[in-house]
Amino acid sequence: MTTDLSAAVETFVQEAREQLEGLEAMLLDLETGTDRDRVDAIFRVLHTVKGSGSMFGFGALARFTHHFEDAFDGVREGRMQIDNRLIDVSLRARDHMTALLDCGGDNPEAARLEASDEAASLLATLAAIMGKGPASAESKSSPARAALPQREVVFRRWSIRFHPDAAALRNGMRPDLLMAELAALGEAEIRLDASELPVLAELDPERSYLAWDIILATAQPRDAIEAIFLFADDAALEITEIFQETQETADTVPTVPTQQPKAQKTAVVPQEPPAARVPQANAGSSENVRVPAGKLDDIMDQLGELVIAQARLHQIAAATKNADLESIVEEVERLVTGLRDATLSVRMLPIESVFGKFRRVVRDLSVELGKDVALAVEGGETELDKTVIDRLSEPLVHMIRNSMDHGLEDAARRQASGKPARGKVTLSARQEGGEVLISIEDDGAGLDTDAICKRAIERGLLAADAQPNPAEIHQMIFAPGFSTASTLSSVSGRGVGMDAVRSAVEALRGQTEIVTVPGRGTRVTLRLPVTLAIIDGFLVRLGQSVFVIPLAAVEECVEFEEAERGRESGRTMLQLREHLVPFLDLDEVFSRPRSTEARRRVVIVKADGQRLGLVVDDILGQNQTVIKTLSIYHRHIAGLAGATILGDGAVALIIDVATLARRARVAQRQIA
Amino acid sequence: MARTILAVDDSKSIRDMIKLTLAPLGYRVVEGDNGQSGIEVFKREPVSLVITDLNMPVMNGFEFIRALRGMPKGAGVPIIMLTTESKPEAKAEGKAAGATGWITKPFTPENLISVAKRLAG
Repeated sequence: MTTDLSAAVETFVQEAREQLEGLEAMLLDLETGTDRDRVDAIFRVLHTVKGSGSMFGFGALARFTHHFEDAFDGVREGRMQIDNRLIDVSLRARDHMTALLDCGGDNPEAARLEASDEAASLLATLAAIMGKGPASAESKSSPARAALPQREVVFRRWSIRFHPDAAALRNGMRPDLLMAELAALGEAEIRLDASELPVLAELDPERSYLAWDIILATAQPRDAIEAIFLFADDAALEITEIFQETQETADTVPTVPTQQPKAQKTAVVPQEPPAARVPQANAGSSENVRVPAGKLDDIMDQLGELVIAQARLHQIAAATKNADLESIVEEVERLVTGLRDATLSVRMLPIESVFGKFRRVVRDLSVELGKDVALAVEGGETELDKTVIDRLSEPLVHMIRNSMDHGLEDAARRQASGKPARGKVTLSARQEGGEVLISIEDDGAGLDTDAICKRAIERGLLAADAQPNPAEIHQMIFAPGFSTASTLSSVSGRGVGMDAVRSAVEALRGQTEIVTVPGRGTRVTLRLPVTLAIIDGFLVRLGQSVFVIPLAAVEECVEFEEAERGRESGRTMLQLREHLVPFLDLDEVFSRPRSTEARRRVVIVKADGQRLGLVVDDILGQNQTVIKTLSIYHRHIAGLAGATILGDGAVALIIDVATLARRARVAQRQIA
Repeated sequence: MARTILAVDDSKSIRDMIKLTLAPLGYRVVEGDNGQSGIEVFKREPVSLVITDLNMPVMNGFEFIRALRGMPKGAGVPIIMLTTESKPEAKAEGKAAGATGWITKPFTPENLISVAKRLAG
């Protein structure tokens, strides 16, 4: 019979990928100290990847992993020592294992990897560490069961004597099923030998006293019979061929009564009650359900529709003034909110899963740059939407590279300025309202404001006579095509700059902020929405149209002074208490006819650490905004982040605050 | 009533494989991801056969087998351990702990079916 195992193969790939990710952290942990638990955990991962790999069609992966499993088994048994060489080669081996896993099974690509120089070099290095000769590329495959010479036998007759061990029944042996299976091989004559059975008074009900004599006529080879008694190796078993009829009388192999080697007859020693010795387990760990991310997305989509439908229901119910209906609608609203929160929480993952990677990045970069750098991680338990986490990994790696390459000084310069020789990069995450703040901070030299200014002018990003403030200068590093390192290093000068980081963050509707102190270091903070699918929106009106501003960006709302309006065309700054704030009229931004309304309002938003006023006709209130992407015909329109559907079925456009803020800055520079 | 098989392995893919192989034959497969959770499941389920991995976190297979054999309900229940070729000595240790037999990894669905039929009926 064939069994479709594709679902299990999928689980294996997922499981192995997670385990290999975890393995990296475990190996890095060894650098800070080894203990039995850590080594055991590493061994287990390798053991599982090897064992399951060979079962699910990843033979190359299994064979390769075997060598490292062997090494860590040696560590467990004290035959081998953990040292940096072993950690190094194991880390590289982990990458190779991941590559083999990514092949998707035993295919030409896997075969190529298995025969690659990298594989050979890893195995040779490992063998050298283990003090062996070069490891053979083949795994220790099972000693093939010696196949009996196949002659064209019609049938044979066997005499079988089976006398189970006294403890066999207690240990779960089922002689009845054994006999049935034996009978299925051919014609069997089964006789029970109960001669050892004692009188009832002396009978121990759990002890086995019985033996069986069987005469079996079968065309099956001896192997098939032995296989049935595979687990009965404690038993006295004799299998004798008593008659055979062959078509070809080849040189007859003398048949010897087979006496299975007796295993040590260890009685079951009564154990202390399990409860006393069992450590408290993490109860419920097996209650987890694995769900493909696509299914979660479906649920999220449906939920978004439900929120929209519910908003319509709310609006209609309010118009009917039917108290019963309104109370039900309120109840539904409460349930939908609960459902929304629960669904969103399912998509949440601790950011640790991506932070973990960076230990390796920092370690490898330290070596490459020749800088001793310690990585500190804080707030790894902070949760973020899975999509956000997946898309953050690249930008964060780039920022870390930047911090280590450009931010941190070399040891000599650090010591000269009274800092510890070892540089420090701190990666931290924390939640603040509906946003998660992720910071990368280094204790390096800080941004070189003059150098940035000079470079920005060279690149035409800044007018030669401009008088930008330091904050504006620092923003320049996010401008496309900007790079301060005068020589491109292999580390951070890879064609993508901080502008790539910024666009990745903005694609996630996030913002970047930068704070730098000369001689003390730089901190770049990414502000990201906790989730991408549904946000709290702030509804504003422009003429007959409704727009949504993400509530997280809104700071305050003020009246638009008549006096300002008079000077509107000449100025783009608004006096807000003691500060000047640039503002944009959304009518102008979206090329709408100029508003004629008497009372207008300004929504003050914050983007990239700067405040900006958006002039609107009116403020309508808050709502749950289910974000829908714009069609391909509208996606290119700057200043819009998407659309949503309101309770009355109308469509409202969502404003992209970060893009508008940048536009305001450009406008100011031009005026300046 | 469907016969219940308890599969204990920290690797979900192995548990899935056992389930996918045996469920179509009418067996009911319940799971534990280590010895400890295996014991919890064993206590509340009418288990006809136990298939357990040996190398697991929290509580390994040997301890698990000893614990089952120490329970009144655990006498006589067939227990199959999943062993690997690299550790032949594990078989003896498992036997001593009270295991009925073993399956060597890697195993095929056919291996599993034959063992289930032989021991769970």
